Amino acid sequence: MTKNILLLAHLDEFGDGLPKAAWEALGAAIELAKELNASLSIGLIGGDVKAAADSLANAEAHRLLAVAGPEFVQPRYASDLLAADGLCRAVSPDLVLAPATSRFLRALPGLAHRLKGRVDTHITSVQVIDGALCATRWFYRQRIEGVFQRDTRPWILLLDSGCHEPFCGPAGKANVEEIAVALPAEAQRTTIAGIRAPKSDSQTIRPDAAMLFVAGAGWTKKQPDGKSHPEQAETLILDFLRASGASLGGSKSLVDQSGENQAVLGFMTHLNQVGQTGATPRHPKGLSTCCHGEEPHVVGWRFINERRAINLDPNCGWARGKADVLYVADAFQVMAKVNELLKKP
Amino acid sequence: MSNGYHIVVCGSIVPDPLQTLEPIETFAGPALKNEMLLPAVLDPWAGHALYEAANLASHAPGSKVWLVSLGAKAKLQQVMMTIAQKVSFELIPIDGPAGGFTDAHATAAVLAEAIQSIAGLDRSRLLLFGGWESASRGAGVTMQLIGERLGILDQFQGVDQLTVQPDGSFEILERIEGGRHQVSLCQGASVLFGWATGNLPEPRNNPQIGMANMRAIMPALQRAKTTAPVADAMRYRSASPPKQQRQTRIVKNLSADEIAQEIVAWIEKA
Repeated sequence: MTKNILLLAHLDEFGDGLPKAAWEALGAAIELAKELNASLSIGLIGGDVKAAADSLANAEAHRLLAVAGPEFVQPRYASDLLAADGLCRAVSPDLVLAPATSRFLRALPGLAHRLKGRVDTHITSVQVIDGALCATRWFYRQRIEGVFQRDTRPWILLLDSGCHEPFCGPAGKANVEEIAVALPAEAQRTTIAGIRAPKSDSQTIRPDAAMLFVAGAGWTKKQPDGKSHPEQAETLILDFLRASGASLGGSKSLVDQSGENQAVLGFMTHLNQVGQTGATPRHPKGLSTCCHGEEPHVVGWRFINERRAINLDPNCGWARGKADVLYVADAFQVMAKVNELLKKP
Repeated sequence: MSNGYHIVVCGSIVPDPLQTLEPIETFAGPALKNEMLLPAVLDPWAGHALYEAANLASHAPGSKVWLVSLGAKAKLQQVMMTIAQKVSFELIPIDGPAGGFTDAHATAAVLAEAIQSIAGLDRSRLLLFGGWESASRGAGVTMQLIGERLGILDQFQGVDQLTVQPDGSFEILERIEGGRHQVSLCQGASVLFGWATGNLPEPRNNPQIGMANMRAIMPALQRAKTTAPVADAMRYRSASPPKQQRQTRIVKNLSADEIAQEIVAWIEKA
């Protein structure tokens, strides 16, 4: 029986708050603690955790602990692992919930080994079924959904963002128990030099956008005049992204072209790739263009609610129950008109 | 680096992404229908890791690449016929289940044991490569668990670029949220890299490399140890494909103008 739940969170990259995924994981943890009648503790990792701790003052936590200090500001496997280990040993939880951020996805699997526990990631829900704690996640890249349970404790679950309502409560004054963790020299062999990001006006990946716009390889193929027009495609796509605020995704065949010396869209990288071997973003709407909608690509659309596609082939994959609307049309013509309309005041 | 690196790549096999996957119940838990009949490929992220390993080894004289792979022996042999033509490596095969429903902890234990038993492996020069996730389980934990068992404290996940600096240290680009990269500097081996896509295209087939590889791969496959990872009380309540099938409205007879108006109205609808 689960009696002791620990929610782990780290400060966001600005160092004063928590990432959105942490608030969602906290919402799930509070709900689960109530259902199981379990004690909830919160453990924070970061530089100066005071402001973040105060924002959690009314989060119904039995204990609020932190591993804090300048050496815990940077997302680094060894230091994050030691910090999380210190928090877990102070609480001895049966169940550890944490947001599936890149920082925790890197470090917390190692924690499971050190605690002789078990870890599972990309959890979309945690529920009690017939008295047993069960987790749900996708297997085979969003193609099979599984519900499972484990007996080994502690059980560490990293919850995907966008799967639970975030906790929302007033700030207050929190009493934080600071846990002292010493970092040996071998845990400091890695230093973080910074973050490399595209210039703000060319950042095409926008996780919080209302819409995903996917470009397929058709944008770089020969058009009715017998020539390919990648420059025109770039202009149309970038104009649409600017006007709509959409996030840009690409099919594997398109992003792979840059390595094969074919006509490419300069702003499209592997980071944009959506599908079985790419990302599975979460957006309310998605518009696919010049992409056939085959299964390996469409599994990346698992969490896109409303889907529309523009393709010249009326028998493409989108037509087979994978999109709500398929427009059989030339995407070059349609997107030019869409951009004109979006630019109108 | 004068002595080069000892690069161990962990990579499993997965069903070809174009195949339809249908889960079935077995006495051991869920599995894929006709799993042994499905054509298999090297896991895409493990493939990137292998190509990056070979590229790094080619620039560091004295380096050696091993590929440690857990999977059904017959499937491994099938996949190696292709992969062996890409880059040079020594295969350490382990005959056992590699499906998406196998517990990552048990898999990590088997792989770590295999790595520890590699003759002549210099841990002070060890770079442990693998995919940051897989196209089967997609757990994203196996590499870290292996790293912990091998005592590797410098671990990186979602790696897209590894650059060896003039002083022998590494600059690593890891994927983080929002389409960005975190840049890390690490003093040197031993290090674990869970690769995302990297920057290299898939190498072309080279029959000469293939023949050289296969001379060692076939005997290694014959000697492969059979293992059955302990499931460790992980029990599945269900495993099912998504049932949602959309009623697609196919619009054929509208002009570009009309379609654009419909799309813009849809975009602007809250």
